[in-house]
Formats: sequence, C-alpha cells, structure tokens
Amino acid sequence: MNKTKKTIINFALLFSLILAVLILSITLKSSSMIFVVLKKGAIYALIAVSMNLLNGFTGLFSLGQAGFMLIGAYTYAIFTVPLEARIQVYQYFNGGIIHFTLPVIVALVLAGLAAAVFAFLIGLPVLRLKSDYLAIATLGFAEIIRAIFQWNTLGPITNGSNMLKMFPSFDSIIKDLAKDDGKHEFFKNLFVSAPWLENFLITILPILLSGVCIAIIVMLIKSSYGRAFKAIRDDEVAAEAMGINLARHKMMSFCTSAFFAGIGGAMLAMFQATIQASAFKSAMTYEILLIVVLGGIGSVTGSCIGAFLYIAASEWWLRGLDAGKFLGISAPGIFRNGFRLVVFSVVIMCVVLFWRKGIMGDKEFDIERIAGRFKSKKSKGEVSGNE
Amino acid sequence: MDFFSANLPYILSGISVGGQYALIAIGYTMVYGILRLINFAHGDVFMVAGLMMVFLSSWAPLYVTIPLVIVATIVLGFIIERAAYKPLRSAPRMSIMISAIGVSYLLQNVSLYITGGLNKNYPSIPWISDTITIGTAVTKRVTLITPVLTIVLVIALVILIKHTKIGMAMRAVSRDFETSQLMGIKVDSVISSTFIIGSFLAAVGSMLYFTNYPGVVPNSGAMPGLKAFVAAVFGGIGSIPGAVVGAFIIGICENIIKGLDTILVNSGVIKNPLGLATFSDAFTFALLIVILIVKPTGLFGEKKTDKV
Repeated sequence: MNKTKKTIINFALLFSLILAVLILSITLKSSSMIFVVLKKGAIYALIAVSMNLLNGFTGLFSLGQAGFMLIGAYTYAIFTVPLEARIQVYQYFNGGIIHFTLPVIVALVLAGLAAAVFAFLIGLPVLRLKSDYLAIATLGFAEIIRAIFQWNTLGPITNGSNMLKMFPSFDSIIKDLAKDDGKHEFFKNLFVSAPWLENFLITILPILLSGVCIAIIVMLIKSSYGRAFKAIRDDEVAAEAMGINLARHKMMSFCTSAFFAGIGGAMLAMFQATIQASAFKSAMTYEILLIVVLGGIGSVTGSCIGAFLYIAASEWWLRGLDAGKFLGISAPGIFRNGFRLVVFSVVIMCVVLFWRKGIMGDKEFDIERIAGRFKSKKSKGEVSGNE
Repeated sequence: MDFFSANLPYILSGISVGGQYALIAIGYTMVYGILRLINFAHGDVFMVAGLMMVFLSSWAPLYVTIPLVIVATIVLGFIIERAAYKPLRSAPRMSIMISAIGVSYLLQNVSLYITGGLNKNYPSIPWISDTITIGTAVTKRVTLITPVLTIVLVIALVILIKHTKIGMAMRAVSRDFETSQLMGIKVDSVISSTFIIGSFLAAVGSMLYFTNYPGVVPNSGAMPGLKAFVAAVFGGIGSIPGAVVGAFIIGICENIIKGLDTILVNSGVIKNPLGLATFSDAFTFALLIVILIVKPTGLFGEKKTDKV
C-alpha cells in the first residue's frame, strides 16, 4: 500500500471516530457513562503512551509518571485559576502571590514544559542508573515532588495541601462558549437548537487533544530518534558501539515522556475540575504501568486500547461488583466496596503471569494487517504468509 | 546535655523505627541479593501481617495469635514466591518487577476489600506496649525492645548465613545463579528459604511497628516498605549488616526531621515553624538519590563489574 492510501485510511479512521462520538452524543443522554469513559480513557491513553515511550521503547524502567503528572496538573491549575476566584481558592494564603491568568492553551503547554524541565534536572543524576535502581530513584523523585507541592510554606503558590479548584475544566470551557453576557449569542443559540452539541464538544475536546499528543509521540517513535531509542532498549552496549549517544537519547526520551505526562496531568485536572497533590501517589504510577502491561509493552495502540478497557472496566462495567449487583446476580455480601479492585488485580496478575505480551504485544494495530488476514483467509492456499 | 535531653524523644523513636525498618530491609536485601528483584510486595506482606494480627487477636489469646501470625506470614511469603516469581524466572527482569508490583497491588486491594478501607485498631500487646520513662522522654517499652531484638535476630541470621549449609547455599546462589545450579544446589528451595526468612522478620517487624501506631490501613505497608528498601540500598544491597545500619540511620534522620521545626524554633535559628515535617518521607528518597550517585554500591556493598 502506498503512502497516500495510508494517509487516506488514517483520515477515514479519524473521521469515523469523530462520527461515532457525534452519533453517541446525539442518541445517548449526556449523563451516560460512556462519555466519562471516552474522556478519561483518552487522558489515560496519553499518559500510558508517554510511559510506554520510556518503558517500552527506550527500555528505561521509570516509575516517576505520577510526579510528572502532578507537576503538569499543578502548573496548569495555578496559572489558570481566574483572578476573581483566587481569593476563594487560596483562602488560607490571602489569595496567593500569582496575580495573572494565562490562556488555557498556553497553560497546557507550560504544564508540559514544566514537567520536562523537572525531568531534565532529575534525569541528570538519575539516568546514569541501571534498571531497578532507576525505577526506585524515579519513584523516590515522584514522592519528593509530592512532598514539595504539599509543603505549606509554598502555599501562596501551590495552596499547600489544600485543593486547587475553579480553574477552567473541559465542561466549563465549552459551557463558557455560551455564557450569559450577550457576547456569546452565536453559541448560545447553537446549543439551544442542538442540545447534544455541548456534550459532543466536551467529549471530543480531550479526545482530540490527546490524539494530537499521541500522534506527535508516534512521529517521534517513527523518526531516527525512535529507532535509536529501540536500539538502546534492545542492547545498550551495541547501540553505543553503533554511535548512538546514550546519555542524549535517554534524556530526550525521558524529557519527552515527562512533557506528555505533564500535559496528561493537566488534562486530568481539566477532567476532574479539582486537584490535590495527595492523589498523585505511587499507586497512580502503578495503575498506569498496569495499563501499559495490559496493552502490551512497546505498542502505542496497545496502550490506547488498554487505557480505554481499563477505564471502561473500572468506571463502568465492573461498577456492579462494588454496588452489590453484577450480571444480574445480587449478592451484597460479596459484591461490596472494593471487590472491583480485587477482581482487577487478579486479572492483572493473570495477564502478567500467563499472557505476558498483553493485548498487542509489541505490534501495532494496523488496518493493512487485518485486511491482509481477511484476504489470506479468502484465498487460503494461494497466498501463504501474507503478514 | 540540655540539647540532648530536649531531643531525646526524637532520637529514641528514631532508633525504634530504625530497628523496625531494619527487620523489613533484611527481607529486601536478601531477595535482591539472590534474585536481583526489588520485591515491591514485601512492604505489603508486612502490612498483611499487621492485619492478620488484628483479626486473629479478636478470637484467640495472644500466645496463640503471635506464633500463628508469624507462621501465616511465612506461608504468604512462600506462596507469593512460588505463584508470582517462580514462573517468571527466565523472563526479563522487567517482567518480574511488574509481577512484584502486581502482587503488591493485589495484596493492597484484597486488604481494602476485607477491611472496607477502615482503620483497624492494632491490639496492644501487654508488657511491650507499657509506658516507661527514660530521662525526660516518655515512651513505650517497645522502643527499647526493638533495637535489642533487631540486633539479636541479625546476629542469629548472620550466624545462619556464615555457618550453616543453607547459608552457604544462599551465598553461592547470590554470587552466581547458574553456576550454583550446576553445582547441585537446589536453587528453588534456597530462594524459598530466603522468602521464608524475609517474611518471618517482616512479621516480627510488623508487631513492633504497629504497636507504636494507632492502627493498620491497607496502604500502611507501602511507605515503610519503600523506606526499608532505601535502607537496604543505602547500606549496600545484598549486605545484611549494611541494611541494618542503613535502616537505623534512616529511622533516626526521619524522626529528627519530623521534630526539626520544634528543634530549630527552640534553639532560636528560625522564628516560625516551616512545616519541614512534610519532608520526612521525601528525605529518605533524597538520601537514596545521593547515595546512588556518590557510591552506587552503598556503604558495605561489593563492587560489581558489568559484563557484556
């Protein structure tokens, strides 16, 4: 298949995805769980892919993702809380010391950059370490970052251990398009005439945002840098002998991963509408690591599928396990709070032990390959080994 | 002397916590020495030992409960090794580590399910949780018992490793996995016994540790676990005396940082408290990063060269 045909297929896929969301938002109520899954899944997909870039493609076993997400989320929130809300948000710190607000897009990019700068500083000493030492050192850094952000003395900036809120979220950004102040008549009329549009925009915004970020990561992986990353993963010594600058490429992968984890963190803040440093514990990193494992270490599409599956299962399908009724079986004695997580961890242990490749292994979801498989099924015997 | 007596409570509780970390750290350092695996689940085994104590003590007297908890913890450690690590022996190291994280996640979630996320009050063990006064400090007797018990157990362990057959086998396996297998050492049973010793010490450690705290929650094992691992790295991974020394240093430093605000305010260095206690956990990791950069083999670690 030539390149233009591939681009056409990709655009067709993208278009059908948007169309699917559109149809869903027209047909379903805006309170349907599927929208939560789509939004949160998209955000987790981005974070999982960013972690996969590091763990799966560069072979650096890093557990610092929650720390970078925290930096991103806080950077975003700190710079976008509206001026008039600051007195209320920073109620224990006299309105904080920052007296300006940045546009959402600028704050998002800044969130990524802040995480990347921290990653650079952390990477200088840490990236020299080998596998498990690197894991524990990055885990440690994530904890240090959390402690710094919870430190009361920095309260005028970070609000200490209190919650940050009232910054623009996905909901509020779209709802503000139709504000009641006379200037937004166009969107107001639009939302009145097509009530599903609001929910569609709220859902499609994070999907597109994380889609763009994932596309950038994919482009990086496909470039010569990406090939260098894979070479480092497969054999560090051989890669160095082939003239790859280990320190530079590792640092690049580490900072890029942190950049997108930062943006992912900022998007998580936008999704939740409130954030608190205490939520970004190492358990969050583990959760993302398990998504990566579930999807397949070294597969971008695997991470995306893993993220959506994980979020769908935890937020939607397996809810009943916690609420007393699951698949029509009502057993409040067994299906009580926390059972969902037990089932989850058992499933994950099974994946780790018996199905080590995860959903996708290190392969990518590819229309061509699936088409090829269908073709070879049709003409069995004539074409063998079509893959 | 005045300064010393004012800060005695912090130092005392530091020594006590240090001893408890030491007991956990030995489990990490032995497993790492043999399998080259950070057993992320070890901290959770420690927590489960605490929970078992809570549940068992409600229907049996303490002299039954304590041995029962120790045995159950040992069985748990053994099962974890057989079920989650043994099948992955030939897999890449990353897979085993992910499996360890998975076990940790499983243990925490099962405990969360069983306890309902509520704080479970730890039973007070008579005699060791009695209050005593040392100089100016009022503390529990466990504070004094911990370091003594730790040192006794460590000496016993060192003797075991230096002078028994299984100890020799452990040293051989940690030196070279494949060769010792070729020499006829049953590697699987050596690894199992490492996990058994580690779990035993974790069970003892949990009894001492939770006596000082109001209760057990499902993630109360995570932080002590990580800190104990840092202690093991600090002392030189694979070295038991190193782990103990590292654990005491970390325990004492951590408690001094917890009280640093009060100490500094009292001695007139700063006027208002800075809230430095937030950093008592972070300090441990800062120490880890410093040691990894300055002396990656730790205080007592042996130098190893990487072979291609």
